[in-house]
Amino acid sequence: MIRYIIRRLIWAVALFLTVTLIGFVLFYLIPADPAKFACGRACTPDMVKKVAHYLGTDRPVYVQYGKFLGRIMPVSFHGGFHLKSPNLGRSFVNRQSVDYTIGQAAPETASLVLGGLVIWMLIALPIGILSALRPRSLLDRVSMTGVLVGISTHPVWLGLMASWLIGYKLHITPIAGYANFFHPLFAQPGGPIQWAYHLILPWITFAILFAAVYVRMIRANVMETMNEDYVRTARAKGAPEARVMRVHILRNALLPVVTMLGMDVGLALGGAIFTEQVYSINGLGYQTIQALNNYDSPTVLGILVFVCTSVIVMNLLVDLVYAWIDPRIRLS
Amino acid sequence: MPLLEVKDLKTYFSTGDGVVKAVDGVSFSVDKGETLGIVGESGSGKSVTCLTIMGLNARRNTMSMGQALFNGEDLLTASQARLREIRGNDIAMIFQDPMTSLNPVHTVGTQLIEAVTLHRDVPKKEARARALELLKQVGIPRAERRIDDYPHQFSGGMRQRVMIAMALINNPELLIADEPTTALDVTTQAQILALIEKLQADYNSAVIMITHDLGVIAEIADDVVVMYAAEVAEKGPVERIFRSPHHPYTWGLMGSLPRLDTDVDRLAQIQGQPPSLLRPPAGCRFHPRCPYVMDVCRKVDPELAPVGDDRRHLQACHLDEETKEREAARLLGAFSTEASAAP
Repeated sequence: MIRYIIRRLIWAVALFLTVTLIGFVLFYLIPADPAKFACGRACTPDMVKKVAHYLGTDRPVYVQYGKFLGRIMPVSFHGGFHLKSPNLGRSFVNRQSVDYTIGQAAPETASLVLGGLVIWMLIALPIGILSALRPRSLLDRVSMTGVLVGISTHPVWLGLMASWLIGYKLHITPIAGYANFFHPLFAQPGGPIQWAYHLILPWITFAILFAAVYVRMIRANVMETMNEDYVRTARAKGAPEARVMRVHILRNALLPVVTMLGMDVGLALGGAIFTEQVYSINGLGYQTIQALNNYDSPTVLGILVFVCTSVIVMNLLVDLVYAWIDPRIRLS
Repeated sequence: MPLLEVKDLKTYFSTGDGVVKAVDGVSFSVDKGETLGIVGESGSGKSVTCLTIMGLNARRNTMSMGQALFNGEDLLTASQARLREIRGNDIAMIFQDPMTSLNPVHTVGTQLIEAVTLHRDVPKKEARARALELLKQVGIPRAERRIDDYPHQFSGGMRQRVMIAMALINNPELLIADEPTTALDVTTQAQILALIEKLQADYNSAVIMITHDLGVIAEIADDVVVMYAAEVAEKGPVERIFRSPHHPYTWGLMGSLPRLDTDVDRLAQIQGQPPSLLRPPAGCRFHPRCPYVMDVCRKVDPELAPVGDDRRHLQACHLDEETKEREAARLLGAFSTEASAAP
């Protein structure tokens, strides 16, 4: 077990370095000068040069990358070996600490994604299981059509339609915006109820695509498990259907769902970009787009680091959880 | 009164292509403590017969007719609740593939305990003690430790022993074994059969053994039912079937057995393929493959009739008695030097 974890950690570090290096190089290859952009239109070439020097963009790529890695590490060799807190640098555009930017944006994305996850599972589990129990029934056909619609509908279109119909026309929920869970920010609503109220529509928009995919997967898994021999054995023992379903079928059929959940959450934390755009939620996806438009390398890379780390951590967690719940893996 | 009496059992499945008559008029009976062997090719309806008795067929698109009287009670008309009481308790069934018949995410102990607590209101400790007792009886070494192991930690033979333990844990009156040794190697096969025989004696259970292996039948059956294409071709006491078979299909089955005392290049085969149960052949279902086929065979499906005066030995074939005696004798004469051909 320990060897397994160490192997995974080494792999994680390698993955992390590869992803950040590729991101860095890609940014470097973009034929636009961040210094020029940061400086502004009114800048002369001399001033641009000064800005470039200040930002550090006049250095070669490997130097910049080296400095980037140096910032992230929790140790420093500057003036002797000592511990320091890792930081992600400062934005080229407004010199705001990237740590701060992420600190503000991540909770908003997390609220969207985690709430969406609850909703999509609440939709997908019952519909998937019931469809599997009654294949080719009316319920099954309707839900499979719904799945097709859910997968095909673009979140932006869905979000805009929902926002217009339910927010604007029917005034049931706010049209857009985010409310802080803990305390209201300046001139904005706050508190838990407002938080949930503002997120209802974004949650549903975000959840529909995932719910559709999961309904399909749960239905397929349950249908396959229902034909397994050990289910027949359970019935031959005289077990009532409810028990057969709970103890024998679901316990096996939903194992792969755990893996997929972990991976999907890791990915989604990276920024539910479309939903955030439509509802003006200043999450990680939103920030990424802003930063890309401004050629703001530290911010983009900072978010990349954050997402990469969260995906790696989630995947590791999922593997450990799966090893715990499936005895065939745990004991091999 | 026999323990189980099956009368004219029919099971039809409606599929997209039509109605599949998987069991089409099967009758037999099993007495308390005795062993009935049901033998036939794949697709002859042996398994579906027993699944129908247990009520384990899928309920949609399935029609079952006839009677299956267990201690006088008709299982085909019993309620689902009553069937659940009986399953695993009065009638137990074990299946062919032990590798997939146990739930992989629960321990063997949990599944054995489940078998007990589904039918008896006893504290878990007692159920566990009973499970342990059965594991020892079926010959699992170090049962105290193995009871908390998962199925994948057992070999195929061991898993089948666990299945047997699970079936017998509530002292059923009838054990239905659906090809329990087909998926196992020959030495394990012998062990499992010996185990079933021993436990049958200990618990005084009746056994229905479904198999395609005549060797197994010869080993443990008291009575035999030979099934072909969803019907009974021949049935009777085991000595009669082996010493004096009276149906061309049975001759074919016996003839295709490999023998130690003869030297052949090819095993005798029954030519042709088992028929589709969607559109079975008219008349006798075996007629397309029968070397003795006559005109009447193509038109009329023979009824089961006794062989001579022996009411226990029945066969369904249009051939006259004389020809059958002769062919049976010839077949057996080719086998043994005893030449005990006379019935």
